[in-house]
Amino acid sequence: MSSHAASHDHAAHAHEDHEHKPGFFARWVFTTNHKDIGTLYLIFAIFAGLIGGAFSGLIRWELAEPGLQVFMKGSMLDQMGLFNLSNPDHAKHAYNSVVTAHAVIMIFFMVMPATMGGFANWFVPIMIGAPDMAFPRLNNISFWMLVAAFVLLCISIFTPSGPGGEHGFAGGWTMYPPMSSHTGSPGPAMDLVILSFHLAGASSILGSINFITTIFNMRAPGMTLHRMPLFAWSVLVTAFLLLLSLPVLAGAITMLLTDRNFGTAFFDPTGGGDPVMFQHLFWFFGHPEVYILILPGFGIISHIVSTFSKKPVFGYLAMAYAMVAIGFVGFIVWAHHMYTVGLSFDLRAYFVLATMVIAVPTGVKVFSWIATMWGGSISFTVPMQWAIGFIFLFTVGGVTGVVLSNAAVDYSLQDTYYVVAHFHYVLSLGAVFSIFAGFYYWFEKMFGVKYNKWLGGAHFWIMFIGVNLIFFPQHFLGLQGMPRRYIDYPVGFSYWNMISSVGYAITAVGVVVFLIMCLEAAIVRRKGEANPWGEGATTLEWTLSSPPPYHQFSELPVIKEDDQH
Amino acid sequence: MGIKGLFGRGLFKAGSGAIATLALSAAMTAQAFADDVKQTLGQPTDKAMGWQLAGSDLKEKTEWFYNDLLFPIITIICLVVLALLVWVVIRYNKKSNPVPAKFSHNTLIEILWTVVPVLILVVIAIFSLGLLRDYNNMPKPDVVVKATGNQWFWTYDFPELGVTDVESRLREDAKDMKTAQKAGVPYLLEVDNPLVVPVNKVIHVQTTGADVIHSFTIPAFGFKIDAIPGRLNNTWFKAKKIGTYYGQCSELCGKDHAYMPIEIKVVSDADFDAYIIAQGGKTRAMLASEAVASAAAASAAAQSAEAPASAAASSSAAATSASATPAGNGAAAAH
Repeated sequence: MSSHAASHDHAAHAHEDHEHKPGFFARWVFTTNHKDIGTLYLIFAIFAGLIGGAFSGLIRWELAEPGLQVFMKGSMLDQMGLFNLSNPDHAKHAYNSVVTAHAVIMIFFMVMPATMGGFANWFVPIMIGAPDMAFPRLNNISFWMLVAAFVLLCISIFTPSGPGGEHGFAGGWTMYPPMSSHTGSPGPAMDLVILSFHLAGASSILGSINFITTIFNMRAPGMTLHRMPLFAWSVLVTAFLLLLSLPVLAGAITMLLTDRNFGTAFFDPTGGGDPVMFQHLFWFFGHPEVYILILPGFGIISHIVSTFSKKPVFGYLAMAYAMVAIGFVGFIVWAHHMYTVGLSFDLRAYFVLATMVIAVPTGVKVFSWIATMWGGSISFTVPMQWAIGFIFLFTVGGVTGVVLSNAAVDYSLQDTYYVVAHFHYVLSLGAVFSIFAGFYYWFEKMFGVKYNKWLGGAHFWIMFIGVNLIFFPQHFLGLQGMPRRYIDYPVGFSYWNMISSVGYAITAVGVVVFLIMCLEAAIVRRKGEANPWGEGATTLEWTLSSPPPYHQFSELPVIKEDDQH
Repeated sequence: MGIKGLFGRGLFKAGSGAIATLALSAAMTAQAFADDVKQTLGQPTDKAMGWQLAGSDLKEKTEWFYNDLLFPIITIICLVVLALLVWVVIRYNKKSNPVPAKFSHNTLIEILWTVVPVLILVVIAIFSLGLLRDYNNMPKPDVVVKATGNQWFWTYDFPELGVTDVESRLREDAKDMKTAQKAGVPYLLEVDNPLVVPVNKVIHVQTTGADVIHSFTIPAFGFKIDAIPGRLNNTWFKAKKIGTYYGQCSELCGKDHAYMPIEIKVVSDADFDAYIIAQGGKTRAMLASEAVASAAAASAAAQSAEAPASAAASSSAAATSASATPAGNGAAAAH
């Protein structure tokens, strides 16, 4: 995959760079520059991630012991005054709304902005040798629509929702009616959530159109699709997934909106509708969505593994088409989230088999990453540590996915902590690890300064231990039958819940180390090099200065050959 | 290298090795640890690392499928990936292997790591679909129970036995850990009116939701079925032992989602009949004898009408009256 750029003149870029940079407000608010927009997305993702992470802290704090400790009158949380915990009904509702908000924030406002917003905006144009995105102004509006969506979601948390006027939508990120319709959530909070999803969806659809157009039309001379770096491939596949799945979600939540406000009965059985239809529509979006979260991470990991092994990616074409296959199959497996809703035997059997198929291309990717390292000359830099951590933890999350694909086993595990452990292994330890890997990999390139390696390594090890301690015991809880989205539990689940909460505390320390790492790098400002990683780093971003000039490739690079695969 | 390199390189290698050792020893000690925990049938046990004790044949099969097939396979896959990673870290680091190889293809191994997983999945799928069929093929049911999910309690009906609207709510003393301990009932699990079913009988469970979606489950029996407004979902179980079995609502249904447990008391046939009578219903035996009586009455009526084809008429009348009674199965069995 790694392609060689013809050498070109950096000095000329650096020169024009200083002439065209607008003032602060115009630069950061009206920006049409893909790198600035990428940076905005990354800052946004870190900010949203801290909020979502704090919410998960409230969950783990409450679940540390059986009984109610946090979501109750007079607790520390009550004294903070953020949530209305004045009576037990409000308090229990607040817990459910925090669970809901945690999921929505992490999915739509942390992982997606970090990968498809931050890294993809920063590096897809550079990797394919383009000066910017195809539609720079569209890029700007994509970002600000996401901010608006986030503001709406935050407002919804403090807006009446429940039948007793409890605040914040509390029906889970899956928003199943009738919990999300008038029966379960009569207040306006759900309408705000729907509007927030509409805006976030529109933002992602516009962004996807932008990436597809950019990748298809703006590749530098000689940059054929089969020479394109795998990260660009992963973004291309992800953009198609977004483009095809989000309109279905938009339709579903629009029907929900009219059910709630205009007297329709799409999902209301008393009017001839069907709540299960919403689940089909939701998961037709929702399952591709989980690949949307992880595919860009696959691309990032491929680059990192190849760079630090000083070897080209093993099986480049298989890697690219494995992602295409995962994307395609991702659209035809949705009902494995719905084994317990009363599907016919044939349907369940089909979804069992189709779901298992995904394990094959995913396995190809894991083995190819190891084969890329095999025979290499590996340096264990901070991003490489995150990448190796990712490969192992993603494998653990992947194999429990195979377990859950079996409908007969899923009857015992559906909606238990086994599922929670599974999807956090692939997302919290998969997607998030790939994001941190990418962050350290491109840190110097993006910000022009070096990070402190010791802090980066400490961040990795603390997080690695912390998140495993949170989520591994949750498998045991799931096998014992502990249901998800519970504010309290029988004493039979106490021990592993406490271990899990201790794991959260360790992870929180890791996040603090991450922030210190960012702060330290910003204060000390060790000057970055154009290519700190040496011969293994072969993609185009390493031919530019760090940070790259404000406008790169005013003279297009020419990709000559690719002898490496 | 110094302190800066500590996390960068040395510790990473040391850490990887340590993790590999830990994972292996953890896998080995896990079984021993799990055996140490004495589980109680029908409810979760603290510190347990595996399934709850199985209370039905189907759950036993599920546990076999997981414990003896899926779990070994996924553990081996994870350990193989871990071993390969550790080997790569030790053998192909910058010091051990200063000059990187340049290969990026090996058709044979690429075919192998595509085909071998497919074969493994085929094996899993064969057992998986067989088990799914077992779940799907309900034997002839002995008792039909309808469970309706409400915010936030369950109501049970025995539609054939004339028992309706048994409301089952979390018991007051089970709402608090101290009072639960004093009363000797499991916290958050004990209900006021448990669902009572006979042992070793096929129980046909029908579920529906009264307001929002709930989900009906007993982990020990290995079934879970959503209770959805506007739908009547079906599943079944057959309890092997007399005892008390607990489950909890498994679909987010609002603020008291965690406070609407499911308790099933599995009792002997005689105790079940006594329970049904106490609830104002009729036992299967009573319904069967009523069916016989009404069939006899019908045939008597047919004879007194002096119809020539009296034999044929009486048998068809008996058949009609038997199938018209709610306990069609019980009546048929009595014949």
